[in-house]
Amino acid sequence: MLSPNSLQVVLPEDWRAGGFGLYVHWPFCQAKCPYCDFNSHVAAEIDQNRWMRVYCSEIRRIGAETQGRILDTVFFGGGTPSLMNPDLVAEIMDTIRATWPTSNSFEVTLEANPTSVEAARFHGYRDAGVNRLSMGFQALNDPDLRALGRLHTVAEAQTAFTLARDTFDRVSFDLIYARQNQTLSDWRRELSKALSMAADHLSLYQLTIEDGTAFGKRHTAGGLPGLPDEDLAADMYFATQELCAKAGLPAYEVSNHAAAGAHSRHNLIYWQGGDYAGIGPGAHGRLTLNGTRFATETPLTPSAWLGKVEKIGNGENPRTAIPGSDQAAEYLMMGLRISEGISLSRHAAMANISLNSNIINELRDNRFIETDGDTLRVTAKGRPVLNAVIRALLP
Amino acid sequence: MTDLEHIRNFSIVAHIDHGKSTLADRLIQLTGTVAERDMQAQILDSMDIERERGITIKANSVRIEYPAKDGQTYILNLIDTPGHVDFAYEVSRSMRAVEGSLLVVDATQGVEAQTLANVYHAIDADHEIVPILNKIDLPASEPEKVCEQIEDVIGIDASDAVHVSAKTGVGIPDVLEAIVTRLPAPKGDRDAPLKAMLVDSWYDSYLGVVVMIRVMDGTIKKGDRIRMMQTNAVYGVDKLAVLKPEMQDIKELGPGEIGVFTASIKQVRDTRVGDTITSEKSGTEMALPGFKPAQPVVFCGLFPVDNAEFEDLRDAIDKLALNDASFSFEMETSAALGFGFRCGFLGLLHLEVIRDRLEREYDIELITTAPSVIYHVFMRDGTTLELHNPADMPDMTHVDHIEEPRIKATILVPDEYLGDVLKLCQDRRGIQIDLTYAGSRAMVVYDLPLNEVVFDFYDRLKSVTKGYASFDYQMIGYREDALVKMSVLVNEEPVDALSMMVHRDRAEARGRLMCEKLKELIPRHMFKIPIQAAIGGRVIARETLSAMRKDVTAKCYGGDATRKKKLLEKQKKGKKKMREFGRVSIPQEAFINALKMDG
Repeated sequence: MLSPNSLQVVLPEDWRAGGFGLYVHWPFCQAKCPYCDFNSHVAAEIDQNRWMRVYCSEIRRIGAETQGRILDTVFFGGGTPSLMNPDLVAEIMDTIRATWPTSNSFEVTLEANPTSVEAARFHGYRDAGVNRLSMGFQALNDPDLRALGRLHTVAEAQTAFTLARDTFDRVSFDLIYARQNQTLSDWRRELSKALSMAADHLSLYQLTIEDGTAFGKRHTAGGLPGLPDEDLAADMYFATQELCAKAGLPAYEVSNHAAAGAHSRHNLIYWQGGDYAGIGPGAHGRLTLNGTRFATETPLTPSAWLGKVEKIGNGENPRTAIPGSDQAAEYLMMGLRISEGISLSRHAAMANISLNSNIINELRDNRFIETDGDTLRVTAKGRPVLNAVIRALLP
Repeated sequence: MTDLEHIRNFSIVAHIDHGKSTLADRLIQLTGTVAERDMQAQILDSMDIERERGITIKANSVRIEYPAKDGQTYILNLIDTPGHVDFAYEVSRSMRAVEGSLLVVDATQGVEAQTLANVYHAIDADHEIVPILNKIDLPASEPEKVCEQIEDVIGIDASDAVHVSAKTGVGIPDVLEAIVTRLPAPKGDRDAPLKAMLVDSWYDSYLGVVVMIRVMDGTIKKGDRIRMMQTNAVYGVDKLAVLKPEMQDIKELGPGEIGVFTASIKQVRDTRVGDTITSEKSGTEMALPGFKPAQPVVFCGLFPVDNAEFEDLRDAIDKLALNDASFSFEMETSAALGFGFRCGFLGLLHLEVIRDRLEREYDIELITTAPSVIYHVFMRDGTTLELHNPADMPDMTHVDHIEEPRIKATILVPDEYLGDVLKLCQDRRGIQIDLTYAGSRAMVVYDLPLNEVVFDFYDRLKSVTKGYASFDYQMIGYREDALVKMSVLVNEEPVDALSMMVHRDRAEARGRLMCEKLKELIPRHMFKIPIQAAIGGRVIARETLSAMRKDVTAKCYGGDATRKKKLLEKQKKGKKKMREFGRVSIPQEAFINALKMDG
């Protein structure tokens, strides 16, 4: 992959600095987790053949608009994509390969829940072309799994993980920390156990109480006691950095840790300001076409999206062009999340104006950020307060 | 014009929530003064804020025609007055325009502090007083006990008190009869030169200034040339009307009558309440005694949250002042808050009402600084300074001594809360003057510094007595005390808007509380922030707000970008709205909340 910082940017092709990926949203789950604010639905029956036809139609539509591009990554996200039939995934992958040439390091990730039922489909996914599995563990003890509304047990997750390791080139899993009544030493123990499982990639998220979720409602009503305060959450964050670095999985993004070369190429497209097409209900995309960067979005409910594609052959809501200033703000917000940081000249080309040098100097003097030629990145001190850094830098 | 025998002028005296407005509504309704379809609750309270808070701020009047049992029709003029202590002045002057009062007492509650304060205004004005026991429909009502209390505490005969329920309408006809038979008719000489009292005035966007008058002698007609005796200004009467409560034109007003006129008067400030109005030519020589203008006693700074809105604020204040001569203002600059106004109010409720109206009717977000009183600062060189703003306090080395305003506070409270009330008064540097019992309730009289009362005394009183205490006060003069200016420094920068005058012995405790509060009210920043309270150069309290340790979005992928970016931009905008002191942003509510002493 090209390093964005070494690139002499020509704005209409700016996305090339980040690459080109495809996001496929599968909106169904067996149950809605109380912390989750993603677009997910629980359905009794799903006509997977219908979904196949609609996904493939959307792939061909976008393919026609992006002719000549090489596809770097595909990401099956959700929802719970491991509820998809392997046949469905295979058909989608066939269509994708027939639509775009794929890069040499083509990455195909699928999100999976670590239950035995889903593990039974792992081989099918691999045969379809999935080469990276991202597993939703969330916790490594059973009472906490239940509190988080998860349907699997730790034992089940470990079995599924072993199978995944044997099946896919690369495996990652997610954990949530700063949970109710979790102490710093609880988390250190749990994280050490996770690191001993020899995944090449971990996503470690601080529990965030989002509005509109079951946890959000409970929290507002005072029914979510024992959440850590800012100081404990910070201690947990720093312990996470320390233990992961020691285990050879340093952070390359706020919540993502990887062994050398094992970072998620798809997610890097988001953070490096690349182009991505999004298909499926509620999927977002960014597409640069004829020098204009568009934000794309689709209807949230499965039926609305399916109906739209079937009726008019296009699942998108009307596209909006993103002005340069907004592109710049988005690049700043996304790019500062990763350890390589942003290219100042690229940002300036989008914004048509440079970042305020007084603010840069002040943040640098206080060691929240560092600059290195054209590169601006946050330091280990700045990353845990990244939102404040971004707010300071935003115009 | 109505002959004197058939006129009765009266006001209603009551404690808040004892049913004054509801009684007025019933009198208006029963006499058909307002058509049923136009009737609404609290009809005399025309401001939104009055209806919302269930209070009367501005005096209003209504002319009621009542066919009495004696077969004759009477004109009843009701002047509705505010009940709150802040507007006591408005009450006392309105009382001068009428001959009698209905004293409304809630038969379930008994006499309250406001009842007392207002009934004394009525007694001062030589009123005939008819006691009315309201809410007799409620099972908890104790009419006999309350009658006894009225006799004991107020000292008027309550044996023939009228029993009513303004809510259900029971007893309302008896009230109307009592007004006619028990209140005196006004006196006056129709053939004498015009002599009318300017009772009130207000600004109407269509008519300009409307002047409410009570005619004492003579007559006034549309087209008459009249003279205001204090200002010596001459006007032509453009419109003459009575209030029902909507304006209704009338040809002429004679002695004993109450009505309004307009005369192309530009602003309320051109009219002096209490002034005597007479004819331009061959008018009366004898002016009415008149009133002292109301003096603001509480001051605070009002600053727009967004400095760009300063001109809007100026316009809004000018407009409000058109209609409220008791509110004073002058431009003020604060190092911390930029341009704003130092405003003077009759009391805290008045302050809140004005601030609410500015925010609501003119859509300007405001920062209100610590309320202050007027201190008399005696300098060593023999000069005296009136200090309205602690920020203007001169260097202490040049000050000989400081005097502060004191009040006499009357509090009525059920026995069980007496201990808490005494403690509260003691904590606020009060000196007990009197403690007596009125039935099962204690009546406590304290001499208190006004500056200890202006801020949250009433809130604290309500909270320690679960709302069962009532409170009223009057100014009693100035007295010397050991007062100092306490300043507050945030990140080593003085925040002038937070400086305040405190008693030397209490400075440390106040300073500590203030620093602790600010520590909670100011959000964490990217660096640690010392918060200090100081007297002169000496720091008396200190807290440190630690640096922000974690503020980062855990998950941010392709689908989150739009939403999270908007969120950060919104937060950034919110931060811009806060006030920057050096590098520290202080939220606007901190300026008021830091002063509350409920900690």
